Amino acid sequence: MKGFWHDAAEFFPILMSGVVLTIVVTIGSLLLSTVLGLVWAMMRVSGIRVLSMLSASLINVIRGIPIIVLLFYLYFVMPDLGVTLSALQAAILGLGIAYSAYQAENFRAGIEAIDKGQIEAAQSIGMGWWLTMRRVVLPQAVRIVLPPYGNVMIMMLKDSSQASTITVAELALQGKLIASSTFKNTNVFTLVALMYLTMSIPLILLVRHFEKRAGKK
Amino acid sequence: MIELTDVHKSFGENEVLKGITASVQKGEVVCIVGPSGSGKSTILRCINGLESYDRGEISVEGLKVDRDAPSIVKIRTQVSMVFQRFNLFPHRTVLENVIEGPLYVKKEPRAHALERGRALLVQVGLAEKADAHPPQLSGGQQQRVAIARALAMQPKAILFDEPTSALDPELVGDVLGVMRKLADDGMTMVVVTHEMGFARDVADRVLFIDGGVIVEQGPAKALLNQPQHPRTQDFLRRVLHPL
Repeated sequence: MKGFWHDAAEFFPILMSGVVLTIVVTIGSLLLSTVLGLVWAMMRVSGIRVLSMLSASLINVIRGIPIIVLLFYLYFVMPDLGVTLSALQAAILGLGIAYSAYQAENFRAGIEAIDKGQIEAAQSIGMGWWLTMRRVVLPQAVRIVLPPYGNVMIMMLKDSSQASTITVAELALQGKLIASSTFKNTNVFTLVALMYLTMSIPLILLVRHFEKRAGKK
Repeated sequence: MIELTDVHKSFGENEVLKGITASVQKGEVVCIVGPSGSGKSTILRCINGLESYDRGEISVEGLKVDRDAPSIVKIRTQVSMVFQRFNLFPHRTVLENVIEGPLYVKKEPRAHALERGRALLVQVGLAEKADAHPPQLSGGQQQRVAIARALAMQPKAILFDEPTSALDPELVGDVLGVMRKLADDGMTMVVVTHEMGFARDVADRVLFIDGGVIVEQGPAKALLNQPQHPRTQDFLRRVLHPL
């Protein structure tokens, strides 16, 4: 145990630089997946056949490809097509696209859970589609969508470790590098696990808060 | 101001409106009565384009009702609707519900909308509930807010779709009271209702609808007191003397 605390103190600064990248990748892909997910969801509920079918097939294609393959594609294949991305850009783009499919389905479920009477009331006072969405549907859907959204945040935090496969030196990769050079597998990976857990706990509490609030009304 | 000419409407195989021709004059109160499933609500929903219709024509002040045309917004701001289940926006306060349309659809200045919104709440007897949220109110109060929301658009006519059917019996009177006052003030109203007392006292004209057609129509008192058609007679007997 004494050895652990000693190692922890020694490796902590290096691992912290990994934590920073982990957070950057997580937040970046969270934002991207939220925006893309909203776009897919809006297309899906637009009532315009072409848009909703396009969105449905896009979501299925994204869902059917493993994140890691998506990352390899962006990082290793895109340069052949003339688009060179940094590892960090590819990671954020890949995770963002991959998760946009789940976000979209979550948002769509939230939007479709809103009572049809709400939409009719909005229309009856002359609101168009977009105004109805913005003023009536989305503000109510947020309440429904937030708890699963929180869970997606937790999953993204952990899946950001997949960025290590395309050389992003985030927490998992830093841990692996230290472990392979010091052979202190147990201590290093225990520390890495604890650091992920520490970052997850606030998110877990946040989800619990969302769930309580959603359950109230 | 509202004209329906030979309006047909089907839901799949089921033809719910089989040629409705009717008109509502400015300042007139028309009640639509009839058994459930007869197409009463569908008529209202077609008038402000919440439903499309298959054949015939509906016009409001000379403007053809077409739910896919941009003109539908103009029609909806002129013809408000009050729903059976109120459909207030639960995430906004009572006052915000009332000013939502004026503010975001008609783009009125906020101060102006607020002032009129408060006045409307006074009119429906709910001034003290301005900052409450709809779920905190009784059904009768919610429906009065919904009427204030409809009035806030300064409509030329209001459509009421069974406005008291979802209310506890002791709350019906408050809502009918507000509607009676509106009628007295000269508002053009089309009311789908099962409240025969209201129809008799307040309506100028009553349409009796069954099976998607107008079976009988006429001045309220005459039609409800001396119905001519056997189906009207039978319906009124069952409504007024259920035992």
